[in-house]
Amino acid sequence: MKASAFAYARATSVADALELLAAHGEKAKVLSGGQSLMPAMNLRLVSPELVVDIGGLAELRGIVVKDGVLTIGALTRHVDLLKSPEVATHAPLLKDAVAHVAHPAIRNRGTIGGSLAHADPASELPACMLTLGACIIARGPGGERRIAADEFFAGIYETALLPQELLVAVELPVRPTNSTHFFQEFARRHGDYAIVGLAAQAAVAHDRFTDLRVGFFAVGDRPLLAKSTANLVGVAVTAAALSEVSSALDEELNPLEDQQATPAMRRHLAKVLLARCVSSLLSRPDLCSGVRA
Amino acid sequence: MTAAVAISLDVNGERVEADVRPRLNLADFLREHLKLTGTHVGCEHGVCGACTVRLNGEIVRSCLMLAVQAHDSSVETIEGLSDSGEIADLQSAFRDRNALQCGFCTPGMLMAAQDLLKQSPQPDREQIREHLSGNYCRCTGYQAIVDAVETTARMRAGRVP
Repeated sequence: MKASAFAYARATSVADALELLAAHGEKAKVLSGGQSLMPAMNLRLVSPELVVDIGGLAELRGIVVKDGVLTIGALTRHVDLLKSPEVATHAPLLKDAVAHVAHPAIRNRGTIGGSLAHADPASELPACMLTLGACIIARGPGGERRIAADEFFAGIYETALLPQELLVAVELPVRPTNSTHFFQEFARRHGDYAIVGLAAQAAVAHDRFTDLRVGFFAVGDRPLLAKSTANLVGVAVTAAALSEVSSALDEELNPLEDQQATPAMRRHLAKVLLARCVSSLLSRPDLCSGVRA
Repeated sequence: MTAAVAISLDVNGERVEADVRPRLNLADFLREHLKLTGTHVGCEHGVCGACTVRLNGEIVRSCLMLAVQAHDSSVETIEGLSDSGEIADLQSAFRDRNALQCGFCTPGMLMAAQDLLKQSPQPDREQIREHLSGNYCRCTGYQAIVDAVETTARMRAGRVP
């Protein structure tokens, strides 16, 4: 299908974009790379009256590391994240995740800000933001505000952004030097939206987790930072302990049904990913034995 | 406000000026306005890859881009790559290996394959599959396509002294 008719404005600056958003509110949609918005418009899931194209705003592009913080401009494309030495060094989880975001032709256009603002619960980057403890920076008529990732995602395609606000950047704490990470997802075809996925960052000392943050995606109406996995920190992880955490995790999940999978299948796959993650991060193949997708 | 917008861009090395409605996507602009029908329109939501073109040297989905977004840029379509001879060897490898049947996916497949070969001249089959993962073919089962890309990579490497 084709998008329905709309008016088009090419923003000349962030201030210009904010003025347009202030004037048109919910009737306007922000276009960056368009890799989520355009499909939604072509399928007529979204029919904005005005499209505000921010694609030319160079000030929203780029990756900077300063004082232990990795700041990524909203218009930074997936391909830029994938090739960035700063991301590879300071947020390697993000690099692994981006390799699973769609396909090369889409990664050449899609942006981190667009992906986060779109907030598809099955997409990789929102879950990574939770795992990495990101802060999302939004600019509106009254200036800037900082929104913690765990307060940003509010439901399917819903975020804490107001119609007059523009997502301008994300900030990530650079990873602790001793940290390790794990990313895996189930998808029917490499690059498709995940059936279930997991993005974890951890610190391990003497065969125990000293820190463990596990983000899941496609397990509910928004990405989820697991609480139950805290019980794996500071203890000698046994198969029994992992099984207990796995059961507790089940309570946290609220998977949806779609043409790809039933909720029961998603619950099962989330547990498989958790076992693989813990097993891999602790280098304990035994914790994964008997776990089958 | 849904009025036409003036755009100016390079398409296959030629300057093109046009007034387009904002809702017009790049694929339809190329096909309907410029009659460059080698760019195919399949799913129109970024899944099938048949509409793949080059924008400023990088492959993109022309169905997921508005023509107005291509203002001031350089677009190359399968006609451009074919006419310049850039992918003549890749095309003949596809032909020799029967890497196409109906041909609907072929322009996008060639675009994506050439993009891979430019970035990594000696890809293994897994890399080829991954780079082409965004391009659906409903005829061949992909095996022959991967073969053709692999053969082209080998032949190009052989030509370099």
